[in-house]
Amino acid sequence: MVRGLTLLLLFQFCGEFISRMLDLPIPGKVLGMGLLLLGLMTNLVKIKWLEEAAELLLSNMALFFVPAGVGVMVYGDLIAAEWLPISVATILSTFVVMAVTGKLAQKLETPEQGDVE
Amino acid sequence: MWSDLVATPLFGVALTLLVYLLAQHLYRRVGSVLVNPVLVSIVTIILLLKGSGVEYRDYARGGDIILFLLGPSVVALAVPLYQRREEIWQRKRLILIGIFAGSLASIFSACGLAWVLGGSREVILSLAPKSVTTPIAISIVEKIGGIAPLTAALVVLTGCLGAICGPEFCRRIGITSPVATGLAMGTAAHGIGTARMLEVDRLGGAVAGLAIGLNGLMTTFLLPILMAFSGF
Repeated sequence: MVRGLTLLLLFQFCGEFISRMLDLPIPGKVLGMGLLLLGLMTNLVKIKWLEEAAELLLSNMALFFVPAGVGVMVYGDLIAAEWLPISVATILSTFVVMAVTGKLAQKLETPEQGDVE
Repeated sequence: MWSDLVATPLFGVALTLLVYLLAQHLYRRVGSVLVNPVLVSIVTIILLLKGSGVEYRDYARGGDIILFLLGPSVVALAVPLYQRREEIWQRKRLILIGIFAGSLASIFSACGLAWVLGGSREVILSLAPKSVTTPIAISIVEKIGGIAPLTAALVVLTGCLGAICGPEFCRRIGITSPVATGLAMGTAAHGIGTARMLEVDRLGGAVAGLAIGLNGLMTTFLLPILMAFSGF
């Protein structure tokens, strides 16, 4: 548990460090995910060190977004000023993206499964 | 005495956990996606803060502690990605194409709709990266000239919407594969969509996690190019 959390935070720290040092457009935590995946693939990091901590965090991930959502209250005036284009564009576009990505991926997935790669 | 106590991190942490726990309970009881625990918690906490006159600043002292755990959670997405690496690698082509198409669809539909409805230039630009994870969206919007706080709020709202309606919407329009659903959720609704997807299907959740990073990268590079071409 402690070992897993330590590893996750260390990888996040490395990601943060590289992102800032090279001034990359990718956030440190996303880079940290990539680095950890690399570590797992190259067997430098054993999956069993991480499983318990990762399970705990991932199964509660939705909770961690609650404070971010509460933060929206501070910008209420900004949204109210142009509420119509903002709300219509936000809502419809979210469904458009899901439909385009999901439909296309599903179309491509069916024949590809038979491929030998 | 009350205001001193409210200004400690204990208040924000305890309030968030308590409300979320009750919201989860309600969700299990009612069993409808409309009472999504994240949305119910956000709305309840905002109403409680407004009603009691507690400043957002004071709440955030504790809220930030919970928000901090998002960092290692995103790093932890490497675990399901590694566990399902073979299934994901097999589908690398459709994953890349799906996210690329989603990234373009997001920019065009969000900006186009706002433009048609008479949104100002700043608002249109602030909407462009709304499906991208917050830190990437903020860095994009600062570069192209939108309003960063507005984008931050829109990213969260988009995520909640996708998390609430995503799986049901995908099923209704005939998207049945967990990989395609995960891709749709991660590309449209970034981390919040991924968190929801992890509850529905682990492989789908892993793919959604991958889509957060890839959609962020694609949008980062696509937006300035599209703006240069369209002269917007």
